[in-house]
Amino acid sequence: MEKQWYTISVYSENNIGLLNRISGIFLKRHINIESLNVSKSEIENVSKFTIVIFASEEWTRKIVGQIEKQIEVIKAFYHTDDETIYQESALFKIESHLLFDERQIQNIIKESNSQIVTVARDFFVLAKSGRRHEIDEMHDALEPYGIMQFVRSGRIAVSKAAMPITNILSEFQNK
Amino acid sequence: METLKEQKKDAKNSTALKISGAEAVIHCLLAEGVDLIYGYPGGAIMPIYDELYKFQDKLTHILTRHEQGATHAAQGYARVSGKVGVAMATSGPGATNLVTGLADAQIDSTPMVCITGQVPRHLLGSDAFQETDIVGISTPVTKWNYQITRADEIPEIMAKAFYIARSGRPGPVLIDITKNAQFDELDFTYEKCSGVRSYKPVPKPDIKAIEAAAELINAAKKPMIVFGQGVILGEAEEELKAFVEKTGIPAAWTILGLSAMDTSHPLNVGMVGMHGNYGPNVLTNECDLLIAIGMRFDDRVTGSLDTYAKQAKVIHFEIDPAEINKNVNADVAVLGNAKQTLDLLLPLVYKNEHKDWKAEFDKKHQIEFDTVIKNDITPTKEGLTMGEVIEQINIASEHKAVIVTDVGQHQMIACRYAKFKQSKSNITSGGLGTMGFALPAAIGAKMGAMDREVVAIIGDGGYQMTIQELGVIFQHNVPVKIVVLNNDHLGMVRQWQELFFESRYASTVMVNPDFVKIAEGYHIKSKRVSVRSELKDTISEMMASKDPYFLEVKVEKEDNVFPMIPSGASVSDIRLK
Repeated sequence: MEKQWYTISVYSENNIGLLNRISGIFLKRHINIESLNVSKSEIENVSKFTIVIFASEEWTRKIVGQIEKQIEVIKAFYHTDDETIYQESALFKIESHLLFDERQIQNIIKESNSQIVTVARDFFVLAKSGRRHEIDEMHDALEPYGIMQFVRSGRIAVSKAAMPITNILSEFQNK
Repeated sequence: METLKEQKKDAKNSTALKISGAEAVIHCLLAEGVDLIYGYPGGAIMPIYDELYKFQDKLTHILTRHEQGATHAAQGYARVSGKVGVAMATSGPGATNLVTGLADAQIDSTPMVCITGQVPRHLLGSDAFQETDIVGISTPVTKWNYQITRADEIPEIMAKAFYIARSGRPGPVLIDITKNAQFDELDFTYEKCSGVRSYKPVPKPDIKAIEAAAELINAAKKPMIVFGQGVILGEAEEELKAFVEKTGIPAAWTILGLSAMDTSHPLNVGMVGMHGNYGPNVLTNECDLLIAIGMRFDDRVTGSLDTYAKQAKVIHFEIDPAEINKNVNADVAVLGNAKQTLDLLLPLVYKNEHKDWKAEFDKKHQIEFDTVIKNDITPTKEGLTMGEVIEQINIASEHKAVIVTDVGQHQMIACRYAKFKQSKSNITSGGLGTMGFALPAAIGAKMGAMDREVVAIIGDGGYQMTIQELGVIFQHNVPVKIVVLNNDHLGMVRQWQELFFESRYASTVMVNPDFVKIAEGYHIKSKRVSVRSELKDTISEMMASKDPYFLEVKVEKEDNVFPMIPSGASVSDIRLK
């Protein structure tokens, strides 16, 4: 089966140890997590894991089944890139003098739609949100001038279709 | 002491009880109906052991000689009784010694709660004496686990632990309790857990799926059932029997499904899998409908998936949604508890007979009988076979005993030939294949079913992995019957070496001690049999014994177990020799 990118969304209780339990499911099957983000979700006291893997649909489905089986997981979904709206964020730390010495830098900032987060005597910081390839392009453009530090976040994504977590929770409440 | 207890009782009636975390653990266990636990004390769990001392009239603690023994005893207890087994250990090495039992219970879906002591909260992460991250270590081999660091968490977490262990597809739960939480006080009230919002233990049966299953069943010309432990765990034995008898469909079983249906039932066609029976294995690839009930298509059952039942439609009755389409794709998946789903199915299926199709099984059985079974259970050669020992136990026990097996050749032979009338009678380590399982599991099985005869059948290798549990049998006079089938080899590995590694017997020849003397050292009645003429009478003597009894049978050193599906081969390529 052909491999592609899948975004797995996991709604769960916010408990210590669950991250370990979920990552173990990937470890056991020798599947690399390409990106992982944990945050609160649209529902109070419910956490959301956003996990990106490069795998076949069959494997992704089985993994999601194993994730859902975990006691503290409320529900898990998987989507292809086409089925989600997704972004990553990156920060670039660059020497301040380059902003004035290299005119091209200002063009890169404008063209990439990135923001200057802070400017200090020695360095300034650029923030960029977008698709992975856009961030990669910006990185490639800035690299020749020297990047002091670079960091990119995990993918965050929302699905185009509904994820009916509230229904599941209210179903339990009314049982 | 008494007055204090009385005061506490009064307090419970009015308001919450102020007690230590350690005492709360005991009250939780009692509230869950636990009256027996297996374990081993140590520094970090001493407050709980101190309470066990005070409550020994209500709660029996059995000191196993190793923590692994405690887990297997708890498993044996759980498997015969259907109740949750409980094991306890201290932190560090005590906790890590539970891991094999946890993994075994996880893969074989056995309800078990393990309680471990942990270093005090303020020392967590400091590499304190006997500190180990047991929650981290046990995560992949538990259904759920949790570390309690505050006394007031105890009632809710313990209630949740028992609920999770026993509900849905059962499994092991580990609760790690820091020492400060055992010492600190809490206001104790206990409420049993009835649900966890993120956990759906039993999927609601879908009537449409059941109707679709009935349609396939009614149309099938050559249907075959393979049932597993789900029938036993779901207590669906009667429903299975009714389904089989109404439809006339031949029913085979996985190793963990054994004893869910009377082995002498005319429609019981035997075991599937690597060393299963010839008929059900070969005919898996000839049936037009495969009805899987409470089983998970383990690789030892299916052989090569590429050639497994490709011609057949598949119906999968299963409680765990993650098992559906995991190994074998189902044309119809019926989620739910087998007791409930089979009950809903029964009125929808036609009364039927599949005489010609059943005759295929009988024909195959005759072939297997002539080439394998006859020589196994009524051998004419000089050396004793494992099969004839099992056959004599069948005769002496009248098919009523609980048979506990370890792992290897003796296990396959026992599961092939042991006869059962009653469910929950076959206790073995199926999925994990844990050598050393049988002796402690037999202790637990006996304590979980005191009115039943319990016979442990063990190889000379596995026996020595947990042989120290003879101490428990001796101390508590646990009247189990221990049969070691001694071939002075690690027989199954030796068989593979003979068949697939050109007889290079790397580390499989066992240099064994005098097992009879060892049993005598524990004051256990013991005997050794090396000739056929003594076998029958000695087994009768053993079965009649009111006390524990150890029997070593010296069997042929280099016998092989057949039939056999070589690893990775197709079920229809099963070898008879």
